[in-house]
Parts: sequence; structure tokens; C-alpha cells
Amino acid sequence: MKRLLVMLFLMLATLPAAAGGLAPVIPKASGKPHPEGNLFMRINHMKLMKHDRDQTVREGDREIGHSLKACIECHAVNGADGQPVDISSDKHFCRTCHDFAAVKVDCFQCHNSRPEAKSQVLILPRPGDTNDLAAYLEGAAR
Amino acid sequence: MKPPALSFHKKPSEMSRRDFLKSGGAVATITLAQGVTLMAFGGQAGAMADPGKRWGLLIDVGKCTSDCTACVTACSTENGWQDTGHPETDAQWIRKVDLVDDATGHELSLPMMCQHCDDAPCIDVCPTTASFKRADGIVLVDKHICIGCRYCMMACPYKARSFVHEPVRGQKTYAPRGQGTVESCTLCVHRVDRGDSPACVEACGKTGNGAMMFGDLMDPESQISQALLNYPSLALRDDLGLRPGVRYQNL
Repeated sequence: MKRLLVMLFLMLATLPAAAGGLAPVIPKASGKPHPEGNLFMRINHMKLMKHDRDQTVREGDREIGHSLKACIECHAVNGADGQPVDISSDKHFCRTCHDFAAVKVDCFQCHNSRPEAKSQVLILPRPGDTNDLAAYLEGAAR
Repeated sequence: MKPPALSFHKKPSEMSRRDFLKSGGAVATITLAQGVTLMAFGGQAGAMADPGKRWGLLIDVGKCTSDCTACVTACSTENGWQDTGHPETDAQWIRKVDLVDDATGHELSLPMMCQHCDDAPCIDVCPTTASFKRADGIVLVDKHICIGCRYCMMACPYKARSFVHEPVRGQKTYAPRGQGTVESCTLCVHRVDRGDSPACVEACGKTGNGAMMFGDLMDPESQISQALLNYPSLALRDDLGLRPGVRYQNL
């Protein structure tokens, strides 16, 4: 039974790759899930970050809900050396989707793409949730 | 025509209990004209740039030694800027300037950085409003909208701003910087926001020279205000009327 489950998991894990990259493999985050839900964040993360960055830079408000720093801390992906990878690696959380969607990220021309306190949490990629992706594409088309 | 200068007064005695609770402690009272007052309430205490404060530095040139670069090193380490092997164009958020009086041979050494002007020329000339002054008087570049035109570098009489020519990697998360934007001393805004003093001031104190003092110019009881009140000091290029937040003693 256990072996069957493992095999099933492996099949699912390799599904997006086998399907020729139909869905990006989104790495799992280490922190608490977004209360707004992943779908909301996928559609609106750039608006939230843009709004809150102005709050911090202009008003000096450091108690914001959506900072790039916080994104990077939870969504860090460790490379082979156990250290978080930077944006030059295609394993980087932001790149997994942005490469797939062919949308350029300018953030890391100035911002560090790795967390300050290097997280040692082992983060494994999970199979792409095709339902979520379909919903995202639907939302983006709206 | 310039609007009349506002006079700032903190009048905690005028606050009701309700106002105080609403404000969370961060309250500024601005006297616009006789009998007309405007009270501004900050959100959370210490969490926002407080319009009731004006951060400034007082540098005692008499205590600054020419062989010491602790402030420059501390700034570089804190904010993650360093030489890239191009001395003509490398970023300098703070630099040491040595002066010699030709007539007497008397030597002076002092740190130069953004003077955080009240009437900053860099803000006047910025075409995208990337150069701006926070409510507490700290002059910054919003690199999100800086197009790297470098008008502010031309306008600054203190040569305080630098342009980043090379791509940058491994920035400090609290001090983002990147190619194609202008940058300068931020008065360590990330430290100030958490209640600390700038890295240069801390480093200068650790060397034992103690030539730099940081504080709130608007608080008449602060150490810096008392020092400015009791001892002569001057603003560099005072003739320009920019009212800098950085002042020098024994110069």
C-alpha cells in the first residue's frame, strides 16, 4: 500500500514535466498560508506590493502587510548547497511562474532575491496544482 | 512666492485624553497662524515618519581626526555600498574631506554626506518626484520611480549623490540599491525607524572621538537642540538658504 502511494506521488510529481511544462512547478513556502488564498495572491501580489512599498518608502510605515522582504523570507527555495538560491537560478520562487508566464521581474535589479537571515528550512517543490492554474488564467483573462 | 514659514510646536498639554489615545502617542501640533492650529495624528507611535520630528546631525569638526574613516566604513558596511574599482564613479554616501588653511597651515577633517536640506534642490529638479523629503525631514530617493537622469546630482551643492553604474547583487534587504538609479545617505532611515541612530554616529562614538551627534532638531529638550542652542555652529553653504539638517561645529 505504502509503495503504491509513493509511486502515485512520484507520478503526480512528474506530471507537469511529463506534459511538456503545461504548468509551472511552484515551490512550497515555509510560513503560514496567505489568509487571502493563493489564487488571490497570484492575481494581486504585484498590486499589494506596489501599494505597500510606497507606504514604507514615502511614509516610513514599516508595519505593512505585504513587503517583498516577507515574500522572500517565506518563499525562499534552497539550492543544492542548502542555501537559498538567488534570482539567477530558475528554481527561484518568483522565476518558476514568471518564466512560465514570460513576465519580466524588475524587483531584483535593486532588491536582494535571497532572505537576509538565510533560512535552513528544507523546501521541496510540489506538483503544480492544475486547478489553481486554470483559475489563475481565468482570473487573468477577466 | 514662498509660503510663510510654519512654526512647529509640540503642545502635549493641549491634547485631550481621547486625542492622545487616538494618536497612539505620535502627535504634532502645527501653528499655522495666530489662533489657528492644525493637529496631525500619526497612526502608531514610532511606526511612521513623524511630522513632529526633524532628524538632524551635529558634527564637531574639532573632534574629527583626518586619519579616521570609521563613519565611512560603518556606512559602507551598513548599507552595502563598496568600491567597484572605478574611483571616478563609485558610490560615496559619505566621504571624508580634509581642509587646509593656506594662510596658517591649519588642517581640518570632516565627514560630508547628504545634508538633508529643508529646501532641497534635488527635490526641486527631480522630474519624476523620486527625490522627496519624508515628514521627519529625511531626504530620500524613491528608486522605484527614479529614472537615473541625474539632475539631482547636478543640483546638489554638496555633491552628496551618486549614480550606480554597475549591476548590484547581494544588497542589504533594508537598503535596496541598483544600477541606473541615484542614491545618497538615507540617514540610516531603517535604523531611525526602529529608534536607533545612524551607523556613522554609532561608529564615531565607538572610536572615542564622539564627533557626531544625532537627534530631533524640533525637540527643544534634545541633546542636539541644546548643543545647537548653546554653542556656535554653521550650515555648509548657508548662503543658499537650504536650511540643512546637518550642521558643523568648530569649522
